[in-house]
Amino acid sequence: MQLYLDLFVSFFKIGLFGFGGGYAMLPLIKHEVVNAPHQWLSMIDFTDIVAISQITPGPVAVNMATYVGYSVSGSVFGSLLATIGVCLPPLLIMLIISKFYLKFRKNKYVEMAFSALRPGIIGLIAAAAISLMSPHNFIDRTSIVIFAVIFIASLLKIHPIKLIILSGVAGLILY
Amino acid sequence: MIPLIQREVVEKHHWLENKEFVELLALAQTSPGPMAVNAAVFVGYKRRSLIGSLVASLGITLPSFLIILIIAMYLIGFRENHYVESFFKGIRPAVVALIAAPLYSLGRSMKIGWGGILLAASVAATIAFAGISPATMVVVVALLGLLHGIIRKKPEAD
Repeated sequence: MQLYLDLFVSFFKIGLFGFGGGYAMLPLIKHEVVNAPHQWLSMIDFTDIVAISQITPGPVAVNMATYVGYSVSGSVFGSLLATIGVCLPPLLIMLIISKFYLKFRKNKYVEMAFSALRPGIIGLIAAAAISLMSPHNFIDRTSIVIFAVIFIASLLKIHPIKLIILSGVAGLILY
Repeated sequence: MIPLIQREVVEKHHWLENKEFVELLALAQTSPGPMAVNAAVFVGYKRRSLIGSLVASLGITLPSFLIILIIAMYLIGFRENHYVESFFKGIRPAVVALIAAPLYSLGRSMKIGWGGILLAASVAATIAFAGISPATMVVVVALLGLLHGIIRKKPEAD
């Protein structure tokens, strides 16, 4: 029972503080599922779920909730609970915003907070990239070469799905 | 994902006008959580109030929920497989590159300036190296923005 409660609370927190969506939510998710006290996923599992999220549809936070919920509890119920947990805060907050959106849009305090949150979101994404640069993900020189090639290809606006598949095929050939 | 939402919501079903869609994008970024979920709640609410929001958010999460559940249930056994492991060994550094590469263009599109760069770097460093909780940093940064805004507003009011 405690486990189900922990799953719900952790993913509720991720939904509540996950400003910026997508990659900006990764440090928050990592903090809850990889770091102590829960340690539900290893760094490698975490990276693999991010990779799977890039080649499957849907938000990475929802994917992570579904995956962690199932793998930790071994039941669909745990998976459902974590997914509801991550969706509930955005649902409630967005309902309020939708109801009052004309007032909300021009609110100067919201605008003030966001003048700092916008660069903050870039910091969150950078933190995600830094913490993923671990020896688990970079096992040898080949990893660094793959990183450099994909980095440049991504700057050249080549589609992420193509790059993921390309690097996977490179992995098959090289390892 | 945004072009996909636009095609369904604006072009196909006419649930929102284009102008409303642009507003939706701004509002969806104000709320925490996945952008797609926020968009679903807004469109659902606009057309059919609370029930509309619930149905739309269920619709947007269900496909990923089912796909990932199947992966968690059946595909994990394959992780021990040599070929699957090699495939993922190639993918892992690529994932990091795909997260790091858009940072520059994102910063440019937000026009964040030197102050913003400093703020972003401090947020990244405190989370990645000092182990401070990202949730705490989100609250601290929002408060900093408020404080900065209020201090700057004061002289104009006097």
